[in-house]
Amino acid sequence: MTARSICSLSRALKAVWSDRLALSAAARVHGAASCNQRHKSTYTSIPPPARYGGRHTVTLIPGDGIGPELANHVRELFRFCCVPVDFEVANVDSSLASEDDINNAIMAIRRNGVALKGNIETNHNLPPSYKSRNNLLRTTLDLYANVMHCQSLPGVRTRHKNIDILIIRENTEGEYSSLEHENVPGVVECLKIITRPKSLRIADYAFRTARERGRRRVTAVHKANIMKLADGLFLECCKEVASGYPEIAFDSMIVDNTTMQLVSRPQQFDVMVMPNLYGNVVSNVCAGLVGGPGLVPGANYGEDYALFETGTRNTGKSIANRNIANPTAMLLASCLLLDHLKLHAYASMIRRAIISTVTEARLHTADLGGQGSTSEVVQSIMKAIQSTGPMTLSI
Amino acid sequence: MAAPSAVLSMSKIIKPFWGGRLQHAAKVFGPSVTSYREKSSHTPPPAKYGGRHTVTLIPGDGIGPELLNHVREVFRFSCVPVDFEVVHVNSALDTLDDINNAITAIRRNGVALKGNIETNHTMPPSVKSRNNLLRTSLDLYANVMHCQSLPGVQTRHKNIDIMIIRENTEGEYSSLEHESVSGVVESLKIITRNNSLRIADYAFRLARDKGRRRVTAVHKANIMKLGDGLFLQCCKEVAAGYPDITFDSMIVDNTTMQLVSKPEQFDVMVMPNLYGNVVSNVCAGLVGGPGLVPGANYGRDYAVFETATRNTGKSIADRNIANPTAMLLASCMMLDHLKLYDYASLIRNAVLTTMNETRLHTADIGGQGTTLEVVQSVMRIIQSKGQLTAEL
Repeated sequence: MTARSICSLSRALKAVWSDRLALSAAARVHGAASCNQRHKSTYTSIPPPARYGGRHTVTLIPGDGIGPELANHVRELFRFCCVPVDFEVANVDSSLASEDDINNAIMAIRRNGVALKGNIETNHNLPPSYKSRNNLLRTTLDLYANVMHCQSLPGVRTRHKNIDILIIRENTEGEYSSLEHENVPGVVECLKIITRPKSLRIADYAFRTARERGRRRVTAVHKANIMKLADGLFLECCKEVASGYPEIAFDSMIVDNTTMQLVSRPQQFDVMVMPNLYGNVVSNVCAGLVGGPGLVPGANYGEDYALFETGTRNTGKSIANRNIANPTAMLLASCLLLDHLKLHAYASMIRRAIISTVTEARLHTADLGGQGSTSEVVQSIMKAIQSTGPMTLSI
Repeated sequence: MAAPSAVLSMSKIIKPFWGGRLQHAAKVFGPSVTSYREKSSHTPPPAKYGGRHTVTLIPGDGIGPELLNHVREVFRFSCVPVDFEVVHVNSALDTLDDINNAITAIRRNGVALKGNIETNHTMPPSVKSRNNLLRTSLDLYANVMHCQSLPGVQTRHKNIDIMIIRENTEGEYSSLEHESVSGVVESLKIITRNNSLRIADYAFRLARDKGRRRVTAVHKANIMKLGDGLFLQCCKEVAAGYPDITFDSMIVDNTTMQLVSKPEQFDVMVMPNLYGNVVSNVCAGLVGGPGLVPGANYGRDYAVFETATRNTGKSIADRNIANPTAMLLASCMMLDHLKLYDYASLIRNAVLTTMNETRLHTADIGGQGTTLEVVQSVMRIIQSKGQLTAEL
C-alpha cells in the first residue's frame, strides 16, 4: 500500500536525492497522493520473499527466561492450526562474549525478512564493551519503529477502562546509542543522539500509521524545555511532518506531564510518538495500565525487516520453566507476524481464540491474578480454534 | 539530621587535606558521628533578626503568584515569624539579571519558596531554563518528594508511601547540547562519581533518619552501562555503610510498570535526574495529582521549596480553581527546615483536615471548591485551635 509505493518511489529517487532526504521527503511529498493496486495490506513493509511452495520461513530466536517455552507454544499452536509458516531457529547464547551468535541470527533475519524473538538477557556483570544483544539486533537491521498497541482487554480487570493507545517509539537512536566514555575518571558522558533524518522518518511512520488506522490525534512526547536542541529538533521534525497530514490533529506534551496524565486519565491519548527512552518508559506504563507485561505484543518495523516480540521485552527469569508465564503477549505477537505475512485469515482466527480465552477468568495466569497455567491457556486456545471449524490437527 | 552537620564541620577541617573529596569523609564518618544539635535536616540559615526569619519568595508564573499570596496570607494570619523577600523573575526576558538577583537573594537568606518559572520553547536554546539555572547555581543536589496517599482523596491505589530522592543537578539536565553536523544533535548526559556518591549518601541518611527499611535505585544500566552503571556502583558502595537498610535496584521501565500496578512495594527510591522526573510525576499522579504533593530541593547550604511536579498551571491561572495544598504543604516543609515545628504542624494539620472534608476539594481532585474557600477553611481551623492569630 502506501508504504510499499513509498519504498519503490524512494528507491527510484534515491539516486537523485541523497540518502538522508529520500525516504522522508518522498514520503512527505507522495505519501498523501499515491495509491496502490495491491490487495489490502497493513502499514508494514513488503512481505519477505522467503516463500517456497506457499510456505513462509520465519527466523525464531528463543532468547532467555520464558522465551524458549513461549516460542515452543507458538510453534505448537501454528502446527496445530496448519499455518504455512516454518521456523528457522537461531539460538543466541547471552553468556558468551563473542558476537558470532547474534551475527548468525542477524544473517538469518536478513535472509528471511521476518523474525519472532524472545528477549535476550543482558548480563550487567560483563564489561561495557559487551553490547546489549537486543539493541545490536535493532540497530543493525535498522528496525526504526517500535509499535505497541495498548488496548484494554474485555476479560481483564484493571483500574482504568477504555484504553486504546498506539505507541510509536524511535528504536535506533536517542539515549540508546551506547556511546559512552569516561574522559576524566569518575565522570561519565553518555551521548544522546537525535538526528533530523531519523526524527523525520519516525514522525512520518507515526502519521502514516495513524492515517491508515483511522486515528485522529498524534501526540509527541518530549522534554524540549530542558533538552532544547535535541528534543527541540525532534519536536520540530514532528511539526513539519504534521503539516502534511491536515486531517490528523497534532499536539505535544512534556514527558513528565504525560506520565502523570497516563496514570490519571489515559483515555485522552490516541497515538503517541517519541524518542527511545521516553518510549521505553511510556510503553511500560501503558502496559501496566492495561494489565501487565503478559498481555501486550510489540512489533519492530524497519524498511526491509520486521521483528515481533512481547511489548515490554521482559526476560522473566524468575518465572522461567514453571508453566506460569502468560503466553498471551507472545501469541498476539505471532498474530501480528501473520498479519505482516498477509496471512490474515489465520491471524484473525488465532486472535479471536486468544481474546475469548482471556475473557474467561478461570484461565487467567498468575500475573493477572488467576491460577491457570501456561499450558492450560494454550490448550484452551487450541480448543477454541478447533471449535470454529477450519482444518486443524488433532489436539 | 545529626550526622551531616558534624560531617560538614569535619569536612571543613579535612578539606585542605583531601581537596574536594567530601564524600569520602562522609563515607568514613557518616554512621558513627553524633552531634548535639537538635533534630533538623540542616543548620538553619543565619537570616534571623529579632527572632524573625527572612525567606526569599519567587512568585514565578501561572498559578505561582496567587498560591504564594495565599501562603503569605496564612502565615500572616497564624503570626508565623517569617518575612518574605519577594524577587520577581520575568521569564520573557532573555537577560540573566532577574535570575541572578534571585540567586543572590537566596544566598543571602539561605531558604526560598518558589513558584515555577515558565520556560518559553520559542526562544533560542541559549536561553536556559531559569529553574534549572537556579538549581545548578545553588547546587541544590537533592530533590526530595514524599508521596503519601491522603485519606480524604479518592484514588485508584491505596496505601502509597514512597519517598523519592532525585539527583537534581547533573544527568540528562546538563543542558550540554551541540550540533556538530547539521541535522545531528548530541545531547550529553553526565554522571559523575562525586555527585552519585553524594546523592546516594543523602538517600541513605534520610532513609535512616526517617526509619525507612529499603532503598531502591532506579536505573537503565543494561543499556547505559557506563553512565547508569557508575550510578549503580556508587549506590552499592554507600549501601555497604548502612547494613540496617536493604538496598536493591530496578530498571526504570520495570519500575514504572510496577508503580502503576503495585505501588505499595516501594519505600525509598533514589535515581538520576530524568528518571526522577518521570517517576515523581507518576507517583504524584497515583496519589491524586499535581496539586497535592510538595517538593523540596536541598543543597549543602541552601534549601528551596516548591510544588513537587513543578507545574506552571498557565491554563488555570487567576481563576481561583488551583489547588493550594501542594504549596501550603511546601511552606510547612520550609517551616520544618527553619525549625519552627509548632507552626509547621499547625498549618499542616489544618490543611490535612480540610482535605478530609470532601466537599472542600478543588476541581483537580474532583470537587467544586475554590482556592479561596480552601484557604479560608485552613485559616478557620487554625483559629479554632486557640492559638494567637490575626483577625480572619
